[in-house]
Amino acid sequence: MAQFVFEADLHGLLKLDTPIPNAPPARWQRKAKESGGPGPSPAAGVSPMRPANRSHSSSKTPSRTPGKSGSKIQSTPTKVGGDRYIPNRSTMQMEMANFLLTKENDPAEESPTKKEQQKAWAVNLNGFDIEEAKILRLSGKPQNAPEGYQNNLKVLYSQKTTPGSSRKNSRYIPSIPDRILDAPEIRNDYYLNLIDWSSQNFLAVALDSSVYLWNHSTGEIIQLLQMEHPDDYVSSVSWIKEGNYLAVGTSNAEVQLWDIQQQKRLRNMTSHSSRVGSLSWNSYILSSGARTGHIHHHDVRVAEHHVATLAGHTQEVCGLKWSLDGRYLASGGNDNLVNIWPCTQGDSGDFAPIQTFTQHQGAVKAVAWCPWQSNVLATGGGTSDRHIRIWNVCSGTCLSAVDARSQVCSILWSSNYREFISGHGFAQNQLVIWKYPTMAKVTELRGHTARVLNLTMSPDGATVASAAADETLRLWRCFEMDPIKKKEKEKANSAKSSIIHQGIR
Amino acid sequence: EADKLGRDQQGITLRGSAEIVAEFFFYGINSILYQRGIYPPETFTRVQKYGLTLLINTDPQLKNYLNNVVEQMKEWLYKCSVQRLVVAISSIENNEVLERWQFDIECDRTAKDESAPREKTQKAIQDEIRSVIRQITATVTFLPLLEAACAFDLLIYTDKDLAVPEKWEESGPQFIANSEEVCLRSFTTTIHKVNSKVAYKKDSFP
Repeated sequence: MAQFVFEADLHGLLKLDTPIPNAPPARWQRKAKESGGPGPSPAAGVSPMRPANRSHSSSKTPSRTPGKSGSKIQSTPTKVGGDRYIPNRSTMQMEMANFLLTKENDPAEESPTKKEQQKAWAVNLNGFDIEEAKILRLSGKPQNAPEGYQNNLKVLYSQKTTPGSSRKNSRYIPSIPDRILDAPEIRNDYYLNLIDWSSQNFLAVALDSSVYLWNHSTGEIIQLLQMEHPDDYVSSVSWIKEGNYLAVGTSNAEVQLWDIQQQKRLRNMTSHSSRVGSLSWNSYILSSGARTGHIHHHDVRVAEHHVATLAGHTQEVCGLKWSLDGRYLASGGNDNLVNIWPCTQGDSGDFAPIQTFTQHQGAVKAVAWCPWQSNVLATGGGTSDRHIRIWNVCSGTCLSAVDARSQVCSILWSSNYREFISGHGFAQNQLVIWKYPTMAKVTELRGHTARVLNLTMSPDGATVASAAADETLRLWRCFEMDPIKKKEKEKANSAKSSIIHQGIR
Repeated sequence: EADKLGRDQQGITLRGSAEIVAEFFFYGINSILYQRGIYPPETFTRVQKYGLTLLINTDPQLKNYLNNVVEQMKEWLYKCSVQRLVVAISSIENNEVLERWQFDIECDRTAKDESAPREKTQKAIQDEIRSVIRQITATVTFLPLLEAACAFDLLIYTDKDLAVPEKWEESGPQFIANSEEVCLRSFTTTIHKVNSKVAYKKDSFP
C-alpha cells in the first residue's frame, strides 16, 4: 500500500494547482498562530536574519511545490503563445462534439447539403478538411531503447540521498550549518541575485523591497533601504571590492549606488528599460544585466555613467561576473547562452563577445571564474540542463562537464582547497562540493527545505552562505583552513612584505 | 557551400523552404527523443545548428529511419501535400499514448507557380526556429514525468489522394484520451508555416 502513497505524493508534488497536503505551514499562518489573532502585531513579528528557532531534525517533510515549475511561470516574461493553454469551456464546441459522437446512430443516407455542412464542420474542427487527409507512418520502426534502460529523468526525480562514499574525506566538513538566519519575504525567483558578502564582512540580503545588512563580526542588522513603491522589489545586490559601496538593481530598471557608512544613496543610474537581475564590479566600472538581455557598463565616477551597451543575449541576463584580473566579463542568460566579453571595444567601436558557448540546454545563472588558474570559467545550467561545465575562455574548449542532476543556481570556487561548491534545487535542495580538476564529489550539504537560490562567500573564504526559497540563509563552514596550514600561509605572506620593506630601504 | 551562400542572398524558394522545414523536423524530433528520455542520453552526440548546441542520436538504425522520414517530408513539403507531423510517445507496456507533439504545416500553394523567390533572410528564419527548439527543451520543466519505458511513433497527415509510397502504411491518429495542451511558438519561411504544440495525459492515478 505504501507505494501508492508514495506515487500519490509524487503526483501531488508535480501537480501545480492543488494545495500541498503535508507542507509546513506558511509564514503568515505560523505568525497568525503565534499571535493568536488576525494579523501579527509588529512587535511579535519575526525580524529578518535573527537566528531562527529551528530544530535540525525536522527536515523530513516534503518540500513545497518544486520551484522548477513555480518560477518559470511566475517570473519569466510571457512569451507569445508560450504560456500554458487553459481550456475555456465557453469556447469548446460541445454541440459539434455531441454531433460527432451520435452521428453513427443516424441513418446512413445523407443529402448533398448535409454533406457540405459536415465538411464545413470538419474543417472548422480540425483546421483543415480531415476528410481530405490521411495519416501515414513509415513501417519498420526502429528498435526501442535497450532492456533495462531506465528513463534518465526518472533517476533525477526519484533520487534518494546517496550513501556515504567509502573513501574517507581528507578533512572534516560539518554537515550542519554554523548558523541559520531568517530571510522572510525573500523572492523565490531563480533569475535574481539577492545576496552578496563584502570584504568588510557585511552580508547584504535583498528581501523583496528591502535590503538588509548583517555584520558577520558583531551580528548587528541594519535595514539599508526600502523601495518607495510597494510593488517594486530589489532584483540584485553587489558590493564594490573595497566594501564601502553597495550597488542595488531594481525591478523598475534602476541601478542604485549606496554609501554604507552614511547609509545614503549616492546615485540612481537609469539606463535600462527592464529589471536589473545581475551586477558585477570591475574597479570603477559597474556592469548590469537586464531582462531585455542587454548589459550596460556604468562608470560610477562620472555624471554620464552609461558608457557601453553589450547586446549578446535575447533573454534575461541572470549570470554576470568579471574575471579577477578584469580582462573578461562572463554573462549567462535565460537564452541558454554564455558570452565572454573583452574589457575593451573592438575596432568598430562595439563590444562583441570573444566566445559564445551554446552547450547548456537551460538558463545559465551560475557563472564563476577560477581564482588559481587564469582564463578558467565554471558555468551551471537550469532545470532543462543540470550540467556544470568548466571552460578555457581563450581556446573556447569545454574542459569538463558533469551532470549535477539538479537545477544549478550558483557556483563558487575555493582556493583554500582547490574545490568548488554548487547550489541546487529540486529534489534535494543541497550544496555540493566538488574537487577540481578531478570533478569528484567531496560532500553534499543538506538542510534547505526548498530550492537554493544564491550562494556567496565570506571574505576569509572559510564560510559559504546560501539563500533559499525556504526563507532561510544558512552559513556553512566548509572551507575553513587547517590552523597549521593557515599559519604557514600567513607566514609566507608576512615574509613577502618584509622583503618589500628591505627593498624600500 | 557556395550554393548555400547563393541561397542566402537569393531569398526563399519553394525547394529551399521544404529543405528548411524538413531539417527542422530532423533536429526537433531528435531534441524530443533526448529531452523526454526515450533513448539513453549516451546514445546522443552534440552538433552545432541554428547557433545552438543540439543533440542527435547516433544509433544507425534510428538514424536511418529518421532520415527516410525526413527525406520523404522534404518531397511532400515541396509538393505542398503534407499538413501535419505528429510525434506520439506511448508506453511500451500497454501502448497508451502519454504525450503527443503536433506540428501543423500551412503551405502557401501560390508559391508553386511563382518563379521569384520570397524575401526573408535565412537568419530571420533561423532565429524563429531557434526559439521553437529552445521551447521544446524548456518543456521538461512542466511536462509530467514519463515513468514507464516509452516508444515513439511518427505520423504524417497528407492529402487524401497522395500516392502512398512503398514502405509506408496508413495509421490512426493516436490521440490522448484526457489531455492538457500547450501551444509553443511557430515559425514561417513565408512559404511554409509550422505551428507547434504538445499535448500530454492529464494526471490521473488510483
